[in-house]
Amino acid sequence: MRQDTRIKPQTGKSQTVDPPPLADTTAGGILLRGVGHSYGELRTLDFLDLVVDAHGVVGLVGPSGCGKSTLLELISGLREQSSGTIEVGGRAAAAERLARCAFMPQRDLLLPWYSAIDNAALALRNQGMRREPARAAAAELFDRFGLGGFEGARPSELSGGMRQRVAFLRTLVAGKPVLALDEPFASLDAITRAEMQEWLAAALRTDPRTVVLVTHDVEEALYLCDRVAVLSARPARIVAELSVPGRRAEDRDEAVTDPGFVAAREEALHALREGSR
Amino acid sequence: MRRVLLPAALLAALIGLWQIAASTGAIADALNLEPYLVPSPTEIARSLWENRSLLAENAWVTLREMVFGILAAIAVGIGFAVAMHQWRAVRDASYPLIVASQTIPVLVIAPILTVWFGYGIAPKVVIIALVCFFPLTINALDGLRSVEPEAVKMMRSLNASRWQLFRRVEAPTALPHVFTGAKIAVVIAPIGAVFAEWAGSSAGLGHLIQSDAANFEVARQFATVAVLSAIALGLMGLTALTERRVVRWR
Repeated sequence: MRQDTRIKPQTGKSQTVDPPPLADTTAGGILLRGVGHSYGELRTLDFLDLVVDAHGVVGLVGPSGCGKSTLLELISGLREQSSGTIEVGGRAAAAERLARCAFMPQRDLLLPWYSAIDNAALALRNQGMRREPARAAAAELFDRFGLGGFEGARPSELSGGMRQRVAFLRTLVAGKPVLALDEPFASLDAITRAEMQEWLAAALRTDPRTVVLVTHDVEEALYLCDRVAVLSARPARIVAELSVPGRRAEDRDEAVTDPGFVAAREEALHALREGSR
Repeated sequence: MRRVLLPAALLAALIGLWQIAASTGAIADALNLEPYLVPSPTEIARSLWENRSLLAENAWVTLREMVFGILAAIAVGIGFAVAMHQWRAVRDASYPLIVASQTIPVLVIAPILTVWFGYGIAPKVVIIALVCFFPLTINALDGLRSVEPEAVKMMRSLNASRWQLFRRVEAPTALPHVFTGAKIAVVIAPIGAVFAEWAGSSAGLGHLIQSDAANFEVARQFATVAVLSAIALGLMGLTALTERRVVRWR
């Protein structure tokens, strides 16, 4: 199976990506056309165009403070753009986008007054499910994603990596077509981060969703995403879009040392440097 | 242990010094007073014992005033904080007035409230609630405002209604702050109680202190103060205990 998922030695750009499943195109596809955003006088985003197919995984990388998190909040319907159109699943209104996107903030923000399982079940509880069935639904995912046995643990008893897993499950459990992840692994040490990237890759293989991943780590973006959009410094534009074939390989270490991957990384870093000027 | 032993040792040393200074008449001589006006700790303890039923009766009156006053302050303070947090206009309109209201001395409004509400428990409860209301409101509001904006976004994105956001995130975040406010309230409640009783009352520890002052019953005044501060400490302990049982995640 490994041969199928390995990155072939060639440059990252201009590669064809696996066609996304057609059934969900209207449910989870994302479309941005001429999107601009300003905080008062401060222009943060400048006429962005972006298309993400349903079950596509797109990475947003860019210099710090360039507005990638703002863009993520715009897509999620947590903010209104100043200009342009954003559609999620074919719907443009912010409330409709909010209904289709599950947002995972930078820090895990697990609620300390709830156990791990109750944190993961938060969305189901908000959707009106009673406590026991909500816990049962979340518990099933705990087993599947390597958290079995930690259902009753307090967040303070969990390691950083496990907290991020619970936070990710909390996002997944919401059952929304789009996952909006804001630097989900930025607070972790390098080893745990690599583990978490493999874990997330596996999670997306078993439970595919449309994912918008904001990160400042080019390698992370190239490993996890089908496509990586490189943003410039503020006001942010997309300065490069890279396609990565054979993404989300089971063996991360092997994938990131592949010549094709290395070439794509250099290309992304180059675009990043150019865009930061 | 150290945290209990050290203050206990300091207290014992201070009482000992006082005992020596009072029983030898050193303080009375220095102040040029009759010795009975400067009671020693043993004399105060004797007064405490001899007047135990009188003190208990009056302590019960004051304790009830304080408990009702503090509970009223908690209810009103939390209600106000929630309203100020929910509606920006309420906060902008009332916050400066609430702060300004704290410059009005209780001593001045206590007699007015006694005129309005009579000599019963009502004006005492109102005055104690007025004194305790401020720390509770401010702390509860601080607590509500300390909720992370990212947590609000996360909850909104996970289908939370306004009420669910309040119940599952804002209220638990604010709870420790509310307890901080309650502890301050409990400590200042006796001040409100004493002023309220001085403005007009027929019973209570403040009333007792006032009538004893007129009769130079200094030993019993000290005994009354000891009872009053014991009540406040007891309520403080009760609040801390409740906090530990409710705010388990800290």
